Parts: sequence; C-alpha cells; structure tokens
Amino acid sequence: MLLPFFEWCEATVLGTAIRDSIWAFPIIESIHLVGLCLLGGALLIVDLRLLGVGLRSQSISELVEQARPWMVAAIAVLVSTGLLLFLSEAVKCYYNTSFWVKMSTLPVALLFTFALRNRMAAEPSLETSARSRLLGAGSILLWLTVAAAGRWIGFSA
Amino acid sequence: MLSALEWLGSTPWSVALLESIWVWPLVESTHVLSLGLFVGTTMMMDVRLLGLAYQRIPASDFTTRMLPWTRAGFVVMVVTGLLLFYSNPVRYYQNVFFRLKVLVLILAGLNAWLFHFRVHRRVGQWDRDPLPPRAARVAAAVSIIAWTSVVIAGRLIAYNWFDCDIQPQPDFINWAASCVVPSE
Repeated sequence: MLLPFFEWCEATVLGTAIRDSIWAFPIIESIHLVGLCLLGGALLIVDLRLLGVGLRSQSISELVEQARPWMVAAIAVLVSTGLLLFLSEAVKCYYNTSFWVKMSTLPVALLFTFALRNRMAAEPSLETSARSRLLGAGSILLWLTVAAAGRWIGFSA
Repeated sequence: MLSALEWLGSTPWSVALLESIWVWPLVESTHVLSLGLFVGTTMMMDVRLLGLAYQRIPASDFTTRMLPWTRAGFVVMVVTGLLLFYSNPVRYYQNVFFRLKVLVLILAGLNAWLFHFRVHRRVGQWDRDPLPPRAARVAAAVSIIAWTSVVIAGRLIAYNWFDCDIQPQPDFINWAASCVVPSE
C-alpha cells in the first residue's frame, strides 16, 4: 500500500538528482552526522544532569532552557538532511527493517522529549530524583535506538 | 611501513574482524554513536566558550564537570577507531580521507593542548564572563571546525573513489595516498 508512495518519493526531482550525483549523498550524509553530534551534545548535557551527574551545580530547568535552541537546531538539520537521504533511496528504505525500526522509534523519542522530558524538566522544582533519572535514562535509551537503527540502515542493505 | 601494515592486516584477528558479520558493524556503530558523546559535549563546551550559549554557566563547569564525559567518549572513539584500522590497515593507510582525518586530528589535539595549558590556566579571571576572552573564542572556533572536518573526513573514508586499486588516479591522489602504481 505504501510502496507506490515510496516509489514516487524516489522519482522526485530531488531524489533523482541526489542519486545521480557522486558527491551529494556522501556530503548530505556527513552533514547528517554533524547534526547527530550536535543533538547528542544538546541532549546529553541535560540527560546527564537528570541522571545526577555532569553539570550538577546548575538547576535542571536552567539547563533545559539553555540547551533547547541547540536541540531544536540539531533536529532541524537531522530531519532536513534525513529527508534528502530518504528521497534518494526510498525504495531501498521500504524493504529495510532498520529503517522501519528507526521510523517507529523516532516519533516516540520526539514525543517523549518535547511532551514529557522538556516539560517536566522545565519545572524549577525538579531535583535529582528517581523521576529525573527515569527521564534522563529514557531519553538516552530512545535516542540511542534511533541512532543505532539509523546506522544499521546502511549495513542491512 | 606498507609491509608492516600488510603483515598486520594478514594476522588472524584482523582478518576475522574484517570478515565478521556482526562484530565489525557493532564496532563501527559504537564508533559513530560515540560521536554524540565526544564531539557533542565538545561542541557544547565550544559554544559556551564562544559566548553563543550557556552564558549563565561558568566556563569551568564545562571543563571540570563535563570533561570526564567528553574524555570517556574520546576513549571509546580511539579504541573502536584503532580496532577499525586494525581490521583493514593497508586500505586505511592508503586512503586520502583517512590521512586527512589524521592530520586534522593532530591539529585538533594541538588546539586542545594549547587551550588547556595556556588559555584555561587563567580561567578564574573570566569564568563567569558571558563572552570569554578572544584566545578562548579562537580555540573554540578552531575546535568546532576541526572536529566537524574530522567527522566529515571520517565518513568519507567509506568511499573508494580514490583508492589505490582503482586506477588511473590523478598524480596528486597517487602521491597523497602513497599508492604503488606499476609503471607501464
């Protein structure tokens, strides 16, 4: 049912142009990785604090607020480069288990981060606690799964 | 050098690692995912030193409380990186992107060393400044550019466009990759 849509994606002007170029995919892929670095940093600075380590002399709410723009910027870079990579090989993705693992954990990770973690951590009253540790560990686990499944798309050709 | 690496690549463990279905991808994935920890926390410290973010957090909080985590990420990157090199030493040795990566790595290391032993020694004087002194900002900018280049060059190692076994290559490439090209 979805396959025609994936075929259409792959046939788009952008998808075709990236596929036909030798350099486009590797360069976009590299920028995708730089985005991963930035997201990893912006997430971990808060997640480590939620776990009770790292920047412990700062309040959790302060860190969440200061890290948010970098997290949003990183996600913007990752989504836009990720979309381009997807367009260039949509049909391969359709038959790729890792792609579907990534695409099903990604919305969970996004929802968890924006609807739960960032909101709860923005409460000035949140101190290091079982609840904060759960948020930090959940965030690290979810995003690690997304990243690992993403890397695995290339292995399970 | 080349013959030593040829020997290294022919050792049983090297062959087994390169041909393993699970171990090599797992080592490679660990290498890539650790970027988030190592380069990620480095970049967060760099944007603080540039005065672009975290202005209310003392710079020394990053260099004391975050640094152990950055270091841990670096250790994982080096160990997994060495394993990957060990799995195919000749190919990496003769890869222009690998060589570029090593060069920039040395540059990034020198920059970190200079920052740590020159600029950071006087951190007490500017710890809470929203905009750190020029020397710290220069070190942070060099760090971001260098580590970004390392990531990109590292990613491009996977492509064989300039590999020695694909000839003819431009003279510059054969020189830069130390290719042994049989004369016709």
